[in-house]
Parts: sequence; structure tokens; C-alpha cells
Amino acid sequence: MLNPLPVAFIRWIVVLPLLGAAINFLAGAALQKRFGRTAISLVGCGVVVGSFVIAVGALAGMLQLAPAQRFMLDDLWRWFDVGPLRLDIALWLDPLSMLMVLIVTGVGGLIHIYSTAYMHDDPAYWRFFGWLNLFTFAMLTLVLADNLWLMFVGWEGVGLCSFALIGFWYRERSNTNAGNKAFIVNRVGDWAFVIALYALFSGLRAVGHPTLVIRELARYAPLIADHPGYLGMSLVTFVTLFLFLGATGKSAQIPLHVWLPDAMAGPTPVSALIHAATMVTAGIYMVSRLNFLFSMAPATLEVIALVGAATALFAATIGITQTDIKRVLAYSTISQLGYMFAALGVGAYDFAVFHLMTHAFFKACLFLGAGSVIHALGGEQDMRRMGGLRERLPITFWTFLAATLALCGVPPFAGFMSKDGIIWAAFSRGPLFIWALLLTGAGVTVFYMFRQVYMTFFGDFRGTHEQEHHLHEAPWPMASVLVILGTLSVVGGFVMLPKFVSDFAPFARFLDPVFTAPATHSLMATEFHAHLEVYFALLALAVVAVGWILADACYRTGSLDAASLSGFADGIFYRLSLNKYYVDELYDRAVVRPYLFATRALAWFDLRIIDGIVNLAATLTVFASWLSGLLDRYVVDGLVNLAADATLAAGGRLRRVQTGSVNAYLYGILAAVMLILVIRAMVRA
Amino acid sequence: MPAGLTLNHFVILSLALFLLGSICVLTRRNAIGILLGIELILNAANINYVAFAFFNPAAHYDGQVFAIFVIMLAAAEAVIGLAIVLAIYNHLRTIDVAANETLKG
Repeated sequence: MLNPLPVAFIRWIVVLPLLGAAINFLAGAALQKRFGRTAISLVGCGVVVGSFVIAVGALAGMLQLAPAQRFMLDDLWRWFDVGPLRLDIALWLDPLSMLMVLIVTGVGGLIHIYSTAYMHDDPAYWRFFGWLNLFTFAMLTLVLADNLWLMFVGWEGVGLCSFALIGFWYRERSNTNAGNKAFIVNRVGDWAFVIALYALFSGLRAVGHPTLVIRELARYAPLIADHPGYLGMSLVTFVTLFLFLGATGKSAQIPLHVWLPDAMAGPTPVSALIHAATMVTAGIYMVSRLNFLFSMAPATLEVIALVGAATALFAATIGITQTDIKRVLAYSTISQLGYMFAALGVGAYDFAVFHLMTHAFFKACLFLGAGSVIHALGGEQDMRRMGGLRERLPITFWTFLAATLALCGVPPFAGFMSKDGIIWAAFSRGPLFIWALLLTGAGVTVFYMFRQVYMTFFGDFRGTHEQEHHLHEAPWPMASVLVILGTLSVVGGFVMLPKFVSDFAPFARFLDPVFTAPATHSLMATEFHAHLEVYFALLALAVVAVGWILADACYRTGSLDAASLSGFADGIFYRLSLNKYYVDELYDRAVVRPYLFATRALAWFDLRIIDGIVNLAATLTVFASWLSGLLDRYVVDGLVNLAADATLAAGGRLRRVQTGSVNAYLYGILAAVMLILVIRAMVRA
Repeated sequence: MPAGLTLNHFVILSLALFLLGSICVLTRRNAIGILLGIELILNAANINYVAFAFFNPAAHYDGQVFAIFVIMLAAAEAVIGLAIVLAIYNHLRTIDVAANETLKG
């Protein structure tokens, strides 16, 4: 780990999408006009596919190395050098970032290709691909960053691109509002992230190792274990808690989850790429990246496990009542991210990252399938006006179903391997209620997913005749992407089989060098025997079956009336879920309205008091200058005029002397001479 | 030189001549008359120069030389003065200095 292999080609993974973004932003409009949308598609998809190819090459190179030496470094240049802080623009490729790069460029590339068909009729086609490329660049910067500041640059970059793409159709006010909401809520998390970096750096500086380079942090972090820290917490706890708060913003966990459902205002490929497969997993990635730090803070891990598990169930219960096809998936994403955080919280980093990967496959597939449905229905997103699409959109249906089964954790689909692993890890390493929350969440997940499948693809079509007439299967770029992602949803989990089936787990072996820190926290006191795992897997399957039977009864066969279920306990649970537990309203009352009130009060203060003082000063100045003007006019000017008048009067008198008569002058001369003589005589005397 | 003739006699002559000249300059309204008066004043000065030089052995011939200079100067002055008078006459058709008050301030 101390001597990473210097490899210069890693930079191209990052530079290519940046190049694509530059071309699309600077010349995109002209290219689109001159050569048509094909040119934009070629540039936009080409650069990401190029990155993917390089990444695959890097993977091949990495697998040649011994597992303990699988670290590559591409140090581009010294970024800045301020006091003790020295940072490079450097890219760090280890098994974890390798995996993320493959997901970002692989799934991202597929979504780019999908977008060529989905966004084909949009006039701002070039702008869309510019932002998509820029997002890929920022995400790759985030995952490949060698130090935390560079990671933060990527972290902010993905936030910016997310903001721009949510508000991509900016002519509608609600879209731009959703973009603003995402950006502002994320800002809270970013603030916490920066605070954490400052605290971490100051602590490391105190022990003589001022650095933010991740691989050096891993070495020096144990030195700050005894640092007293702030707010009554140890420094490690403080830093990790604030880092986690940053992660809750980016990864939409309680309490900062509110932006993600609104983010569905963006085009569907954006939801798939940014708000399901990649950006929202940045929080998971960051925590796994800094696993050595989090493992030192058991209190933080407990918080993470609790928040993750609570979010998993909380978001899943909201998903039950939503009617917008994308919003259901958004809550599902929040819920699944909660599973990943719960896994991180109990120290099962490998399962968190494993679920991150399988989730990227099946959730991207679900979103893109939903996009295909929306595309076929001409923009309709309300599931109450869908139904019966199974025959008309067979490819979409089968891929959607495969991804749904993966999400529900039905063996042998990919989600089963990862999610079941998480639930087992929660039981074997964590407190019982975490496991209970996750298991209940799994059942709810099955219910809302099959509700969605039945409402969308089964029964009779409930839309307009015009929509029914125009129904069409997705064009080939969309359909092929759906097939690839659907296939991955089925087979993507086979890289890590459950222990009771086989010890075959190359995925965990691959990531092992990253998760070397000893997991010393209390949650992992005892590992249960692996032979118990199979029973728990069966229990989880039973829960899945219950969820499916309920959904089937409510939405397919109709043997259970969904409406009467929602009326249970006066419909209080139904209303809570439908209104998202009133969290938005809570924020509106607690934050937005006080804030707006404060701004109005400050505006009033500004207008009345501050402006009043300024105007008073102005009036006083005018008065003082009027007084000064009076003094100037009558005293100063008076004196000057007096001198002038006196001179004029004297001149008027004296000019009479000059008569012009020569005789008079001569008399004058004579008189003067005589006068002088007389005076002299008198003086002599 | 006749006996009994002293410096005082010359000075009195000179003073008389100067007064005559002065009165002529002050009273005459004719420009040519004024010029004549000036000649008298200059010659009164000449008499003084010569007389003082004669009665002061240390002076050699300084006074005489100065008198010659003054005569020469008077000639030049007369030329210019008469030319001015002629110009005034051509301009105003009179040489009466009292009528000529264009220099009045």
C-alpha cells in the first residue's frame, strides 16, 4: 500500500468525459445544427464508453497484481501548497474505486446510450449530453480522488450537475424548484462535510501529520484516536458524525432525504443515472472509502446503522401509497440506500458496496423501464392511468420484472445475494431492532414493487384512447440497454454467493485489501454461526412471500380491497404514508417559513430603518451644504467683491489725474521736484 | 577773462536761463515754442558744466566735453521733436498742445 504503482493512463478515464462535456457545451449547438443529433450522440456516448474501455483495461492490469499490491496512482500535478497542507491533483485507483469507476462508466454508458433515444426529440439534446458528460466527469473525480479535498470537488460537481439536470426542463417552475431544493438540501450536507474535513485536518496537524490524502490518513488515523475533539465527543466521533451528515445529504437519508423524490422532475435517464445508480451512492462510497476512520468510532456506526435501518423502512412505507411511477422508485432508492447504510453501520462494508453495485444494476433497469413506459404513454407518469402494458411492451415488462425480483431479493437474482447478506449481517453483528427494521422493510419493498408491477403491466389499460393507440415498445437503443441491465439484475449477484451455498466470493476477495481496518466496534461482539444463515434466508423469503401475496391479492386478483385496507384505523396510516409523514410540511413550518419570515422582516428593517438612517444622513448633508453655501455666497464672496469694488472705485478717481495735457504733466513734474527739494531742505535742517 | 568775474555770475546766468526756459515750456501752447524752451534749459545746463569745469582745476576739460555731448544730444532731440510736431500737424492740423488731449486717461 505504501508504494502504489504509478500509472499514467488513469487520467484518461476522467479526462474523456470532461472532453465530451467541453465539446458538447462549446460546440454542441453548432454540431447539432450542422451534423444532426448523431454527432452529439457519438461524442456524448463515445467518451463514456471510451472511459469504460480504459477502466476495463485498468481492471485487467490490476488483476495481474498480487491482491495486496492492487493500488495504482496517477499523480498529475501539485494542486496547492498552503502552510502544512500539500495536495496533488492525483487519481487513486484501488479495488474500491475500480469498482465504482466500472459502475459509473458502465451503467452510466448504458444510460447515455438509452438517452439517445429517450431524449431524441428534445431541442436541447446537446445541452443534455453536455451535463451528462460533465456529471460523469465529476462522479469519476469523486471516486478516483486521492485526497478528500479533490473528492469534495467531485462531490460538489455532481451536486451541481444534479441541480442542472433536475431543472433540465427549466420552463416549468416546479422543475426548477425541485432543482433548487436538491441543491439547498445538499448544501446542508456539504457544510457538514467541510466541517469534518477541517476538524480532521486540525487533529492530524496536532499530531504532526497534516494530510488529507486518503492513503496517508489510513496510516495516521490511529494517532488521533485519543484527541479530545469537540462538543463533548472524541475527535474521531465528531469527524465521522459530520462526514455521515454529509453522506445523508448526498445519499438522501433521514433527515435530508426530502430532495430525492422531488428530483424525479428531471428526465428519466437522469433519475436512473444520478438519483439511483451513481450520485446518491457517493455517501456509501465515502463511508466505505474511510472505513478505517469509521471503524474507530463505534458511536457513529451505531448512528449510521440506526439511521440507515430507519430510513429503509420509513421510505419503503411511503412507497406503498405513491401513485407516480417514478416517485415509487425514488422512495425505493432511499430505502435501498438505507439498507446500504445499515450494512455500513454494522461494519459489513463489503455487503454495502455489493448492494451498491447490484442496486445500480436493477434500479437503473427499473428507472429506465419506467422511462420506457412514460415514453410509450407520451409523458404519463401516474400509475392509475396505466395498466395492461404487459403485452404491448414485452421487453420492458420482462426486464422490469427481472429488476423487480432482484430488488425484492428473490433468489437467485442479484438483489438476493446482496440484500440478504445485509439482513444477515444486521442480525449477526448488530442489535436486533436493526435487523427487525430491515426485515420488515424487505416485506414492504416487495409489496410496493409488486403493486407497481401490477398497476403498470397487469389488468386493463386505464389511459386515454389516444395513448392506447400510440403505445409502442421502446426503440432499440432503449430496449437493448434494458435487456443488458435486466440480465445484470439476474446474474450480477453471482460474484458473491451466500456462505451457506458456497464460499465462492471473488467480489469480497477483490475488495478485501480496502477493508483492512480491524472492525473493533461493539456491534460486532459475536459472529453467529454461518449455519444459522440459511434459516434466516428462509425467513426473509417468507417475508418476501407475504409481501407478494398481499400485493397480488390487492392489485391483481382483487381478493383484498386496497381501499378498505387504506381505511384501516381511520386511514391514519394511509394519510401518513401518502403525505410522506408530513416531513416536507414539517420542514416548511420549521425552516422554510421562518426563513421567509426572517427575510421579510430583514427586508422591512432594511427598507425602513437602514434606508431611513441613510436618508436622514443625506438630508443632513443637504442642509449642511445649504448653510455652507450661504456662508460662501455672503461672507467669502462679499470679501472678494469688496476688494474688487474698492480697486474699481480708486481707479475711477485716479484716472482723472491723467489729463492728456502735456502742460499739466510738466506742472506736475515741477511741483514734485520743488516738493522734493523742500522736503530735503527740511530734512537737512 | 575780465577780473571780478566769479563762478556766482555764471551760476546766476544759468539759473536765469533755466527759469526762462522753464517758463517758456510751461506757458507756451505752441509745440515748437516748447521745443525752444527745452533748448534754453539745455543751454543753461551747458553753462553750468563749462563754468564749474573752468573754476575747478582738478576737472581738466570734463565739463567742456559734456557740454559738447549735450549740444549733440539737443540737436538729435530737436530733430525727433520737430518730426513729432510735423506728424501731429499732419494728423490734427494744429500744433496746439492744449487742443491735443488724446492722451487723456
